[in-house]
Amino acid sequence: MPYQEKQKLLKDETINKVLQRISYQILEKNPDPKQLVLVGIQRRGVFLAQRIKNIIDKLEDIDMALGAIDITLYRDDLTVIGAVPLVRETNINFDITGKVVILIDDVLFTGRTIRAALDEIMDFGRPKRIELAVLIDRGHRELPIRADFVGKNIPTSEREHVVVRMQELDGIDEVLLFEKKDD
Amino acid sequence: MTEKITWDKSHLLGLKDLSREDIEIILNSARSFKEVSKRQIKKVPALRGKTVVNLFFESSTRTRTSFEIAAKRLSADLVNFSSNISSLNKGETFLDTLKNLEAYSVDMFIVRHAHSGAAKYLSENTSASVINAGDGQNEHPTQALLDMFTVQENLGQLSGLKVAIIGDIFHSRVARSNIWGFSKFNSDVWVCGPTTLIPKYFESLPVKITYDMKQALDGADVVIMLRIQNERQQSQFFPSLREYRQYFTLGEDKVKFLKNTALVLHPGPVNWDIDISSSLKSRMQPLILEQVTNGLAVRMAVIYILMEKRHYEFID
Repeated sequence: MPYQEKQKLLKDETINKVLQRISYQILEKNPDPKQLVLVGIQRRGVFLAQRIKNIIDKLEDIDMALGAIDITLYRDDLTVIGAVPLVRETNINFDITGKVVILIDDVLFTGRTIRAALDEIMDFGRPKRIELAVLIDRGHRELPIRADFVGKNIPTSEREHVVVRMQELDGIDEVLLFEKKDD
Repeated sequence: MTEKITWDKSHLLGLKDLSREDIEIILNSARSFKEVSKRQIKKVPALRGKTVVNLFFESSTRTRTSFEIAAKRLSADLVNFSSNISSLNKGETFLDTLKNLEAYSVDMFIVRHAHSGAAKYLSENTSASVINAGDGQNEHPTQALLDMFTVQENLGQLSGLKVAIIGDIFHSRVARSNIWGFSKFNSDVWVCGPTTLIPKYFESLPVKITYDMKQALDGADVVIMLRIQNERQQSQFFPSLREYRQYFTLGEDKVKFLKNTALVLHPGPVNWDIDISSSLKSRMQPLILEQVTNGLAVRMAVIYILMEKRHYEFID
């Protein structure tokens, strides 16, 4: 079933402004930035994490650890979506024990990706705390999970689909809302 | 931004049947699986609740262990079945053994057998996935995949290379799998060994044949040294080991024909001083051990891809 573009939710510079705000909120909640490590969820979460790192590094004059995780091997919905993605790289080459992990993803939806990411992070050590930052929260949670830092709340219907595009991967910064079209 | 990855196979029987794209899917995934073994907790829950049987009708420790560790790191349950301590000794047939095991709802069989085609026969008689872990003189696909993975990691490519396979070509399923694999990437594969150990029909394969080590090694990017398989030599294929050594052992006298960047691989176990001179051990062994590490990653990828089979379409 085809999807049709319905609305542009965020564009260009707005995304960077949103990330600026999220970075300040992270620092507000965590007065000691040396405790922080960033982990982005493949794929766009990794680029968002990199941008947040750039902002905080500059503000605090530090060099925060940045990791990437691919949650494919921890998913619970393989058979449901009937599709298996390429297993992408997981790269956490620093110790997370005792640290505050800021987990970063583009869209928060059912919460299942985050559940998988939490399990995976625990296999790397015992962080002091894990906080979640997302660019878009579109609702429809199926698990008791919420984000600590949200770029934009966008109430959506089940028929809709949120697409995040980023310069690093897609050549453009934008967030679009698509709607499923009946044939 | 849409990336579709399709994999429609339930079995891995040989590289002859795979396309270049199929091989790329496996090698790309293997890179991610290699990382899992470097974690503090070297295990992911991907295949929880799946049952894998190692069905080995021929002796093997390394391949069997490699598959066992691979399945376990993916959280699958693995059972080892060895023919020499089984009911086959009581007269049970191959198929009956299979059907009995299948009654436990097995999801995958990893099979090694002395007869070429055994894995294919098995795959035609089971609803489970089958991985060929070596069938007679036919194929040993995961060995070739790990060789290719090692080459790709070290040289950055698989195309346009000269690959020389040296030694007992006749008995080698590793040679056959590597020939199919590398030739699909437009690399030139050469085989070299005693005339008695290179079958006539190799002339019909995508491979160049030489009996001269110098010609095989000259300009080679990859050299795969094979083991002289004494256990399979029912008749004498060459007059003496001493003579073999003089012509085909990779020693100081022959290593000088190699480029500095050339990779020397060996599927193991190495017969030092027959396959490769022991004076080269400290230089050659690190890469051979790296192959073992890579073998685990490649087997994890293969088990995962086949198990989560059959037709994937992923929108990224």
